[in-house]
Amino acid sequence: MLTRLMRTFLRPYAGRITVLVLLLVAQTAGNLYLPNLNADIIDGGVVTGNLHYILRTGLWMLILTFAIGVFAIIGVYWASRVSMGAGADIRQAIFTRVQNFSARDMNSFGTASLITRNTNDVQQIQIFLQMALTMMVIAPIMSVGGVIMAIHEGATLSTLLLVVVPIMAIFIGIVMIRVIPQFRSMQRKIDRINQVLREQITGVRVIRAFVRNDAEAERFGVANADLTATALNVNRVFALAMPVMMMILNLSSVAVVWFGGRLVSENVMPIGNLTAFLTYILQILISVMMAVMVAILLPRAAASAERIEQVLDTAPAVSDPPSPVTPSRHDGLVRLDGVSFAYPGSERPVLDSLRVDFEPGQTNAIIGGTGSGKTTLLNLIPRFFDVTAGAVLVNGVDVRDQELETLWATIGLVPQAAYLFSGTVASNLRFGRPDATDAELWRALEIAQARDFVASMTGGLDAPIDQGGTNVSGGQRQRLSIARALVKKPSVYLFDDCFSALDAATDARLREALHEEVSDATVVIVAQRVSTIMHAERIVVLDDGRIVGVGTHEALLNSCDPYREIVISQLGEQAAR
Amino acid sequence: MSMGPMGAMRGAGAAPPRRSRDLRTTSRRLLRLLRPDRAKLFAALILGVASVAFMVSGPQILGNATNVLFNGLISKKLPLGMTKAQALEYLRLHGHSQIAAMVSGMNVIPGTGVNVGELGRVLGAAALVYLGGAAFNYFQGYTMAGITQRVMAAMRRDVEEKLRRLPLRYFDSHPHGDVLSRVTNDIDNLTTTIQQGLSQLLTSVLTVIGVLAMMFWISPLLAAVAAVTVPVAIAITAFIARRSQTQFAAQWERTGTLNGLVEETHSGHELVQAFGRRRATVAEFTSQNQRLLESSFRAQFLSGIIQPSIQLVTNMNYVIIAVVGGYRVASGLLSLGAVIAFIQYSRQFTMPLTQIAGQMNMLQSGLASAERVFEFLDAEEETPEITAALTAPAPARGGQLTLEHVSFRYEPDEPLIDDFTLDVAPGETVALVGPTGAGKTTMVNLLVRFYEITAGRILLNGVDYRDLTRDEVRRAFGMVLQDTWVFTGSIRDNIAYGRPDASFDDVVAAAVAAHVDNFVRTLPDGYDTILDEDASNLSSGQKQLLTIARAFLADQSILILDEATSNVDTRTEVLIQEAMARLREGRTSFVIAHRLSTIRHAHVILVMDHGRIIEQGDHDELMARQGLYYSLYNSQFAGAEI
Repeated sequence: MLTRLMRTFLRPYAGRITVLVLLLVAQTAGNLYLPNLNADIIDGGVVTGNLHYILRTGLWMLILTFAIGVFAIIGVYWASRVSMGAGADIRQAIFTRVQNFSARDMNSFGTASLITRNTNDVQQIQIFLQMALTMMVIAPIMSVGGVIMAIHEGATLSTLLLVVVPIMAIFIGIVMIRVIPQFRSMQRKIDRINQVLREQITGVRVIRAFVRNDAEAERFGVANADLTATALNVNRVFALAMPVMMMILNLSSVAVVWFGGRLVSENVMPIGNLTAFLTYILQILISVMMAVMVAILLPRAAASAERIEQVLDTAPAVSDPPSPVTPSRHDGLVRLDGVSFAYPGSERPVLDSLRVDFEPGQTNAIIGGTGSGKTTLLNLIPRFFDVTAGAVLVNGVDVRDQELETLWATIGLVPQAAYLFSGTVASNLRFGRPDATDAELWRALEIAQARDFVASMTGGLDAPIDQGGTNVSGGQRQRLSIARALVKKPSVYLFDDCFSALDAATDARLREALHEEVSDATVVIVAQRVSTIMHAERIVVLDDGRIVGVGTHEALLNSCDPYREIVISQLGEQAAR
Repeated sequence: MSMGPMGAMRGAGAAPPRRSRDLRTTSRRLLRLLRPDRAKLFAALILGVASVAFMVSGPQILGNATNVLFNGLISKKLPLGMTKAQALEYLRLHGHSQIAAMVSGMNVIPGTGVNVGELGRVLGAAALVYLGGAAFNYFQGYTMAGITQRVMAAMRRDVEEKLRRLPLRYFDSHPHGDVLSRVTNDIDNLTTTIQQGLSQLLTSVLTVIGVLAMMFWISPLLAAVAAVTVPVAIAITAFIARRSQTQFAAQWERTGTLNGLVEETHSGHELVQAFGRRRATVAEFTSQNQRLLESSFRAQFLSGIIQPSIQLVTNMNYVIIAVVGGYRVASGLLSLGAVIAFIQYSRQFTMPLTQIAGQMNMLQSGLASAERVFEFLDAEEETPEITAALTAPAPARGGQLTLEHVSFRYEPDEPLIDDFTLDVAPGETVALVGPTGAGKTTMVNLLVRFYEITAGRILLNGVDYRDLTRDEVRRAFGMVLQDTWVFTGSIRDNIAYGRPDASFDDVVAAAVAAHVDNFVRTLPDGYDTILDEDASNLSSGQKQLLTIARAFLADQSILILDEATSNVDTRTEVLIQEAMARLREGRTSFVIAHRLSTIRHAHVILVMDHGRIIEQGDHDELMARQGLYYSLYNSQFAGAEI
């Protein structure tokens, strides 16, 4: 998973990575050559007492050191560019992909989880990349170079490596096998903690109203203790791993001096080479440890990569057709042609063979019980979901044959839960038509019965709106949401039970104004209240996913029993007479 | 930059990167968290000192081994049977005065070879010392792991407790995405810092001190040369860190902003699509993402160059030591073993110094997050609960509420509810009606004490709210709120939320009463069906019913029904209203009413407009008055007339 993600997102940086690797190779080569020079100082200068030689070699070492430093700094520059750049690219890719998700894709991930994937998970990848781009490159070069140099300094002594390196490898292997599953479970527990915190933020009113603070504290306490226990475990394993590795490393030095000492005393190896050898073996082992440090980050990065890939691999359930058809008519006719819809894996369809036309210039209402499929039906029109059988036609063309942007341009949606974006009143109203004039905005506000309260807000159209619209009341939010759709001037209006948050007087005035204004567009209203829709030209009564009646209020009162029941329950016996 | 709604606000909200307010205060505060572990920390320190002491004496002993070797080598070259003095004389005679000077400082026995026995003893000692060092290091790491995990658990707990102490105002006025980023992203980052940084930092600092001490012991001159690197390293680190810290602060702030943007667009996903805003939204994201990239790159690069810079300094130092050391050995002032030990030390010295520099990188990022977390922890809390809280005497049925001259405002200069007085007797139903935005929701916020009133007083069963704890007040209320919140857990647990000790039969009874039972039984796992955060497996009507069932089960003396049935289908609604009426029987209830049936049966109808109670009375009285209520009622009923 991680490799695939890396391959995709590092490709644009191939050139820069090549430069980076070259820089790191140069840097590492320099670092490897330094002990060699140091050995020269000892063998050629100290032992023979040649002060001039010491000075000359020293100067050369200084120059080399400086070059290494410069290479390293340039290396950090490119590493930061690549890791942070790739991170930003991944964030961009996730966000762009999610923008194309259908409602079903959104539901299957959940908003909160998508947020975590977009920032927190990418962060993990970035940390990993930054480490990997430096250490992961340096470590192998350092080990290989170290081995070559060690053999160069003393071939016989190098056989020691055949013992030390496998011991180290086996030990590291054991640690990794133990730690990786624990790391995975730690990640899951971090997710759980974040989930509990998220729920506490979103559910704060309910938690307080039901006086459940203590229970929430306990729920969190359990998750917290759980995470702490696992984290403690992991960290204790590391507390053991580091000293053991250092010990292997140090005992290797002891062994080098012991065996090397014999070679020195037999005049097989100069003493300066022994010190150099000592340094090389340290470098080899340190680079192995560095690789381990990166490897520690690997499980977390891999888990994050997997979660990111899940998003990127999700082909939106709804996407543009290969050869889109542009409708020739634009009046906003909506036709349901034998439409059925079922959630995947469910036997009973939510909607069953619906056949009805919503005509332009008319108010079309959908009424029915909870779970009768009203909202589902509405969601099929802008293609938030695709039908499982039959077809939805807008402007005479199957919605699946239209380009999504074309389809959406014809639709003005007012969802059940009014949602506003942070910004100003005006920026929200211009959401569907950025070039609308102020006069058009005021006109829409007037129809939506929102003119007065907007006018009384400090700043008027420029009054700030908080995220979600939390700084205005529910009813105000709903009216702004309606005004937003009106500004767009679409040919099809979809009102999803959006009048229920309004009091009856506002509701009545709004509908009246709406009726006058929207005379040529197709209006589809989903409603609970009979009073909201009784003047509609066409009322569709849904029951259990099937149409049980279509007609005007009067016609349905006579012909449709379920409708009569609804009317009686809301308005009383005399209204049904 | 798009001109979209999100653009407007975010452009203003994303301030230029600010310098981390007070690094020292933040660090000190972070350290204060360690206070409860003083004893353990001290133990870890002792263990660390012991471990470092062992570790740093290792190279010294290895250096001795080299001396043994070198002595042996030189001895072998000298004629057998000579004393050291004779050998020196011999060397000088043969024109090797420099070698003679060097040998004079050595322990040579001319003519003999390397003393293998002594070499073995020395190396044995080195091995033992390294083993000991490793053991102490392990115990130190073990202790530190315990400390850091406790600190982080405590920190997470603090954050969670803070969430519960914050006034509702905080949640209403801060983007959830940013709050979320603080309690997850920032805490996560801080954990990593403390987990990996603290223990290593301790070891690194101790090692620097220990190595420096050993160096001074071997050769004060060389040590002085080496010691120069320390202030230079500190100066460089401080110089760069000051600059990168600003960038880290910006990075985490922008992460929060981006998080907020993602949350916002995802929450309004369908709108973004249906309003053709995908391209604009992506453009907005791109510009925010680019800003984050800028600061994260700068932070990463600036903090990243600390390590190579320090390495450059230490490497130069290494060279100087090699040169100066070489001179000293050549002139016989220092043994070769000492120089080799010294070079080893200067390596040992280099490692922790560069490590400290590397940890500074992490630490800086961590501190920036810590500051955001502390900022969150410092947010103004609800006024503390009174210590000597009373218990409201509960009448047998229902609760009595008295509001006396109550005033409330969200903004200091915008009065919302002004001088409001109301007396509700046990068992009465109060209907709140009025145009949207008239202050009905605000009223509820005050009744259940989500917000504190600014003047006047509210009495529950004759006791002032201010003499009660908030929980005590809320325990009297059962609520069906507009937002249908469910948490990850079973349907059963969700229904029993207000009364966790309820029996399964009680849960089912409440579910039956709220008509939840029907659809729950059709679910494969019934009451054990696990709902996720978004409860995507339920329709909004079903969620609404679930909340009603919750209120049924909670069974409190005062009910608040906030537009409770707006998403319930009409036929079920009738049944629910009957059930509600049953539930209301003998109980005091406040109903934000949209329906005539509720309004007609209310004992008191409060007609609200612009935050004030305009009219007050029962249905007939208000109709007779022909005021706002009269027109509201008529407009609603007018629609129903055929």
